[in-house]
Amino acid sequence: MKLTGAQILVKMIKAQGVDTIFGYPGGATIDIHDEIVRHDDLRHILVRHEQGAVHAADAYSRAHKTTGVALVTSGPGATNTVTGIASAHADSIPMVVFCGQVPTGLIGNDAFQEVDIVGITRPCTKHNYLVKDPDKLAATIQEAFYIARSGRPGPVLVDLPKDILQAEINFQMPEETRLRSYKPNYTPNKKQIAKVVQMVKDARRPVIFAGGGVISSRASEQITRLAQMARIPVTTSLMGLGAFPGTDPLWLGMLGMHGTFRANMSIGNCDLIIAVGVRFDDRVTGNISKFAPHAAIIQIDIDPTSIHKNIPVQCPIVGDCKTTLENILALMEKQNPAQLTVERDLWLDQIDQWKQTTPLKYDQKADIIKPQFVVEKLWEITKGQAIITTEVGQNQMWAAQYYHFDLPNHFITSGGLGVMGFGLPAAIGAKAACPDKLVVDVAGDGSIQMNIQELMTAVENCLDVKIVILNNRFLGMVRQWQEFFYNRAYACTNIENAPDFVKLAEAYGASGFRCTDPACVEDTLRKGLDTPGTVIMDFVVEREESVYPMVPAGGALTEMLLV
Amino acid sequence: METSRYLLSILVDNEPGVLSRIAGLFSGRGFNIDSLSVATTDDPDVSRITMATTCDAQIIEQIKKQLHKLINVITVNDLTEKKYVERQLALVKVHAKPEKRAEILRIVDIFRCRVVDVGHAHYTVEISGDSGKHQAFLSLLKPMGIIEIASTGAIALAREMGK
Ligand SMILES: Cc1ncc(C[n+]2csc(CCOP(=O)(O)OP(=O)(O)O)c2C)c(N)n1
Ligand SMILES: [Mg+2]
Repeated sequence: MKLTGAQILVKMIKAQGVDTIFGYPGGATIDIHDEIVRHDDLRHILVRHEQGAVHAADAYSRAHKTTGVALVTSGPGATNTVTGIASAHADSIPMVVFCGQVPTGLIGNDAFQEVDIVGITRPCTKHNYLVKDPDKLAATIQEAFYIARSGRPGPVLVDLPKDILQAEINFQMPEETRLRSYKPNYTPNKKQIAKVVQMVKDARRPVIFAGGGVISSRASEQITRLAQMARIPVTTSLMGLGAFPGTDPLWLGMLGMHGTFRANMSIGNCDLIIAVGVRFDDRVTGNISKFAPHAAIIQIDIDPTSIHKNIPVQCPIVGDCKTTLENILALMEKQNPAQLTVERDLWLDQIDQWKQTTPLKYDQKADIIKPQFVVEKLWEITKGQAIITTEVGQNQMWAAQYYHFDLPNHFITSGGLGVMGFGLPAAIGAKAACPDKLVVDVAGDGSIQMNIQELMTAVENCLDVKIVILNNRFLGMVRQWQEFFYNRAYACTNIENAPDFVKLAEAYGASGFRCTDPACVEDTLRKGLDTPGTVIMDFVVEREESVYPMVPAGGALTEMLLV
Repeated sequence: METSRYLLSILVDNEPGVLSRIAGLFSGRGFNIDSLSVATTDDPDVSRITMATTCDAQIIEQIKKQLHKLINVITVNDLTEKKYVERQLALVKVHAKPEKRAEILRIVDIFRCRVVDVGHAHYTVEISGDSGKHQAFLSLLKPMGIIEIASTGAIALAREMGK
């Protein structure tokens, strides 16, 4: 069967179970876009900036449909994807980005809208390709998806010269992808499993520390069983929120720079850490030499490079989180339960004391809205069931602290790279993946302006997202650092010259509500969430509120600044 | 931590861009490359990269794992952990004043090197051996006045059957 390159691309994307792609056309991709619109079963969502397409594809993956796909043109279209790709790379999110490219004959000639996007994205993709041979197109596309979602997932970029897209090729469905140089190891070493069980028996003050790897390997059920079976309290990284129910008594709250007092104290005092799908980022460890000084560490990760990278580990296990936990659970079930929980009451009592003396807290007075209050009310009203995306800054931390995530894949944030402007396009991607879910972007007044153009995408495609702006008229997180560490010199962080977000919403055909009174927060949220279509809720909040606790960069986790 | 020299033998897909992925990995993560040599193997789809690097034990673990993580890297063999033969080729152009010629030729002879070019006032000598031999040779030639040197990176194979 003869097909054009563009036809093969569309066929191969559909074969991967993808029903929605996010894109923006240009000269180099006209052939693809011309083909896509002929397929009713492949929806193309026209974003308003290529960065938006990539963040949307990222969130589409995370909301767990299938691998997200972005499609952009050559040159500036391709360079506009870099931030989104780097974010997905930092967060290990599977994604395939297709870029148009100038015809093969022009590559290297500084042609119009030519950039070496494969060179540019080499350090921020899991892998990337320039397709030069039309006969390899189909197999390369299949390989790209395979690499993106296997092993430790990540973004893959495929650069497609225009002549390849136009070539007529004898199409055959490629055989199953097999790569001699890439064989992720999913099954853990049996001996190490036995060692884990022994270490749990020996421990008196164990903690489970779960991360994004637990979410991506869909192992939250296993983490929960492990915690409950051996009565081990659980903390997570930002990326791991939702891996363990935020309302369970064993929940410690998030760990790290803005982690809870009891989570940070638990790590500082524990004698065993079971780290699952985490990479010990500096935001989570604080001063690495003072991290968990009394603990032995078990680390489970699919990626060998994550192990021993930042921290020495006594029991490393390379394997899929879910498979490994299943193995551990199977062996634990054969043990005497009392041996798995020695002196646990003492430990849990200690943790409870930390919780009682120093909980997360804020003081909502009558005159001005506290941002934390807005998030906590949002949690109550939505019964913790919404998918929450965030922008970056204080808004992101308050969303993490006060929306008590019970479910995995419900917290979608740019964790590793911290990209302002992530939340709105991510909300659109999540809504496209889960049309029946309520999707809320918890936003800052600064970040929301970074990809505000995507309001049009949401409205046009009836991807109803609700945006809650915690409007402090500051680049708040930077202001907070200036307050704490730069003598309150608020250089370049005052953004009170801002658009009227209500009118802005209306200008895009969305709805807007403003709230300035603490007494009206709940009403505004209810009204905003109940109003059909895309909605902005602009909460004018306390300007100089800070995120607590805070571990100053380079400090030990147990040395927190508290309210 | 204590640093030492490591010699890695890396088999990779013989494809454009692979060397740049490896070089990028080293520069991006602040690893250091002492020498590098690349050529195809008996299998035209596979190239062998021999790389020497100086670092501590924890970094070499990361380097090996990070290399392995690259999709186009087939195997990473740390030769430092085993017995191996190592060779490096260099051409050394040295001042050859009449009164020094005999001594230079004597050194060349002792090191089993060869003079491959002779001029009115210089010799160019070819030396092959491991890096220790190169260093010893150069330190003896230095007093004669070395004009310039061209050297390959190290290449090496493990002293064992199989790949
Ligand atoms: C693209 C990008 N530029 C700059 C930063 C640095 N930065 C981190 S948080 C922040 C302030 C964000 O302000 P806002 O969106 O209003 O959130 P707030 O902290 O006030 O809740 C800035 C500028 C960033 N993370 N991303
Ligand atoms: Mg702000």
